[in-house]
Amino acid sequence: MVADTSSTKNISVTLRVWRQNGPSVEGKFVDYKATDLNPNMSFLEMLDVVNDEIERKGEEPIAFAHDCREGICGTCSLVIDGKPHGPHEGVASCQTYVRSFKDGDVIVVEPYRAKPFPVQKDLITDRAAFDQIQQAGGFVSVRTGSACDANAIPIPKEDADLAMDAAACIGCGACVAACKNASAMLFVGAKVSQYALLPQGQPERDKRVLNMVAKMDELGFGNCTNQYECSAACPKTISHDFIARMNSDYLKASFRSAFTAKSSV
Amino acid sequence: MAQLNSAIPPGPLADKWNTHKANLKLVNPVNKRKYKVIVVGAGLAGASVAATMAELGYKVDCVVFHDSPRRAHSIAAQGGINAAKNYQNDGDCVYRLFYDTVKGGDYRSREANVHRLAEVSVNIIDQCVAQGVPFAREYGGLLDNCSFGGAQVSRTFYVRGQTGQQLLLGAYSALSKMIGSGGVVMHNNCEMLELVLVDGQAKGIVVRDLISGEVTRHAGDAVVLATGGYGNVFHLSTYARNSNGTAAWRAYKKGACFANPCYTQIHPTCIPVSGDYQSKLTLMSESLRNDGRIWVPKKAEDCGKDPSTILEEDRDYYLERIYPSFGNLAPRDVSSRAAKRMCDEGRGVGPTKLGVYLDCGDAINRLGADKVRARYGNLFDIYKEITDESAYETPMRIFPAVHYTMGGLWVDYNLMSNIPGLFVLGEANFSDHGANRLGASALMQGLADGYFVVPYTIANYLATQKPGSAPSADDAVFKEAAAKVDETTQRLLNTKGKETGSYFHKRLGKIMWDHCGLARTKEGLEEALKIIPELREEFWANVHVSGSADSLNQALEKAGRVADFLELGELMCRDALTREESCGSHFREEYQYPDGECKRDDENYAHVAAWEYQGEGNTPKRNVEDLTYETVKMSVRSYK
Ligand SMILES: Cc1cc2nc3c(=O)[nH]c(=O)nc-3n(C[C@H](O)[C@H](O)[C@H](O)COP(=O)(O)OP(=O)(O)OC[C@H]3O[C@@H](n4cnc5c(N)ncnc54)[C@H](O)[C@@H]3O)c2cc1C
Ligand code: FES
Repeated sequence: MVADTSSTKNISVTLRVWRQNGPSVEGKFVDYKATDLNPNMSFLEMLDVVNDEIERKGEEPIAFAHDCREGICGTCSLVIDGKPHGPHEGVASCQTYVRSFKDGDVIVVEPYRAKPFPVQKDLITDRAAFDQIQQAGGFVSVRTGSACDANAIPIPKEDADLAMDAAACIGCGACVAACKNASAMLFVGAKVSQYALLPQGQPERDKRVLNMVAKMDELGFGNCTNQYECSAACPKTISHDFIARMNSDYLKASFRSAFTAKSSV
Repeated sequence: MAQLNSAIPPGPLADKWNTHKANLKLVNPVNKRKYKVIVVGAGLAGASVAATMAELGYKVDCVVFHDSPRRAHSIAAQGGINAAKNYQNDGDCVYRLFYDTVKGGDYRSREANVHRLAEVSVNIIDQCVAQGVPFAREYGGLLDNCSFGGAQVSRTFYVRGQTGQQLLLGAYSALSKMIGSGGVVMHNNCEMLELVLVDGQAKGIVVRDLISGEVTRHAGDAVVLATGGYGNVFHLSTYARNSNGTAAWRAYKKGACFANPCYTQIHPTCIPVSGDYQSKLTLMSESLRNDGRIWVPKKAEDCGKDPSTILEEDRDYYLERIYPSFGNLAPRDVSSRAAKRMCDEGRGVGPTKLGVYLDCGDAINRLGADKVRARYGNLFDIYKEITDESAYETPMRIFPAVHYTMGGLWVDYNLMSNIPGLFVLGEANFSDHGANRLGASALMQGLADGYFVVPYTIANYLATQKPGSAPSADDAVFKEAAAKVDETTQRLLNTKGKETGSYFHKRLGKIMWDHCGLARTKEGLEEALKIIPELREEFWANVHVSGSADSLNQALEKAGRVADFLELGELMCRDALTREESCGSHFREEYQYPDGECKRDDENYAHVAAWEYQGEGNTPKRNVEDLTYETVKMSVRSYK
């Protein structure tokens, strides 16, 4: 395989990277030079190159989370120059490219800073709280094998499309990292709305929103104060309208639950 | 020697699965909770089986190396999932999906398994819709379909370009429900590094916690591997970076046969390599081939020109020319090889000359940019991000890349390997795709195995095990297996050489691509069989892994996986060398028709090659399972 010979000029930058050897030790910024970078290189590939040099010196490479490297698995989670997933809207860290930076830039790279997502090492945080919220109600209870024919319930295309807009969430947690209150309302709102928009989601609609919100509060996520930094940082540009939908569902559900037969709680 | 009994039920093909289900042993509901099943993996196959088994009442432990089950590689599948629903009334049926899959696999898969896959495909769509998977719909509210990857009917269900994501999130939601209710104990960030056998049966695993470094032992009544494919042996591929072959490889070294390891799918529509720093290749879903036309310039001297200046009559739409009835939809192996031939002729495009055009210009003119954006917008966006070019204005450049492994651990009809109690599902097994997989069939297989096959067939095994008879994880075999894991870790850390795991991975990848990639030859494979062991020796003498065993250590994870790839790669080459024919994805240059198509040898190679480990340093044994076709007539696979 041959290297790119395109004419765009290579650049060099300084990476100011958060290094922290474990959850309970203090961290600090360390500078690394990244030189002669092809502008078509991805941000994570730049970290690979820097890590290669660090390893060759016998030191420990910078730990960072990544997997698909195409913006869908939600693993990557860098805060680049203060912004979760970096300078561009609608992309994940792994879809950020060197061409977005200038020769000589000093780029600050940090982990998410949010209490419910503690740092595990360097740039890696623990986002298990999202799984726990999902387990509290982010599903439709349907036993395998018990489903009716898929076309038995037609769903208006507009509803299916809107449900998909919500379902597109990759669970990366950038919404939480971007919010000064570390609120998870966009994440939860998207899941709640996906199901609320579909007929399959109706039977458990009230229970779902109440349980997921309760879990979110229990895990220490903060409140939404309508700044919408979450949507701005979301690599899938999920709309904050879903937060409003969830709030309205939550109110109705709370009201209804006050009148629910005790035997069905 | 391994016993390969395919356990295909008797009777007519179309009745086998139903009859078999009726004859399978059952586990009494009260006893189900006395059995613990260890599921490794939570991609489509793992998440669906773990959730379903827990719903049935079994105790399930699920282990993944990811930080959440939702991040499995299945999440990245773009295009769609097949099912013989015939919602479009275009003549599809179970038999046709079955036949297409067998033919697509170039008559190297097992008829009975494939038929069952086609049968249960319809249930998968019902199940996913019931879970709230927001499939694409028509304005009338019914499900929409497209035709995909070499099919002449519209049987593919899709969710924008994010089908895998939505199907996985559906399975993940079912799994989450069972975790929440205590039916599944989930172990995230845990990598399986050993399979433990007790009296020749799979009874547990040893894992390393990737955060704390702690090595733990897990015992159960059966082990299910749903650990995905091993295409990252090539270093550059469309796989997620952390996908690896370790789980399957460690099972192989415990006696599970590895079937057809050389069958690797090379996908025709990926973004070409741009530099040495490259860490992965990105797929452009082949759904684009429905509306995109593939071409290269007729004259080599035009290859450097701006494509918009190349006149229509100077373009060679080679797939349409060579395969008039399938055209741009010719199956993956056929299209990939055709692209390579064009580049070998000197007509490749782009800076590296390893590329062909995928041109949506006609579709944009015919349908308008908005309609094209609605269909493929996210793919065009991905292309733009990576290459900085707009495919609305200039044709995409694409080139084949490693994408899927049809080979995998050998399993019988019940999806049990030759080790009793070890079940293998999804991409990790070998069973359904023969020598080539059709588009949109991997998602189907993963979910078929997990929701609808193994939950039944595993009972047949468990019913032979006394309830509550699972071994203890403190037994000596478990401790020995854990000691082995520690030993390998220490060996990696203590080598203290000069080169990183990635360095060796890149070198291995190049050997594999050059000698065991799109086209293979006897000489090339023999060369690879000479240099891979040398590289492996160099690895163990000169690898450098920094950090410690008892903390999060990505260099250690990487090096361990590369060490296994260095062995698996050799087995792939050996398999490719001994299969002296061309079939599907396995193209041996010596065996081709004058027009460059695969020349199969049904007389001598209509079989599965199931490799059996014979101990360190010994040549593995090639066992054979003959493939008998009772229903389909084997013919030359032509798409002309
Ligand atoms: C870019 C791309 C697009 C694709 N598009 C399509 C498509 O449109 N249609 C289609 O049908 N197919 C498609 N495929 C193929 C399909 O996505 C995969 O074959 C399928 O998703 C594999 O599912 P799986 O459940 O077998 O494994 P995976 O999804 O790979 O899951 C593997 C699981 O095993 C775990 N695991 C692995 N090893 C270990 C270990 N040692 N210890 C612990 N856990 C382990 C992982 O954590 C993970 O949970 C595509 C593939 C790619 C690469
Ligand atoms: S690595 Fe998967 S979203 Fe970035």
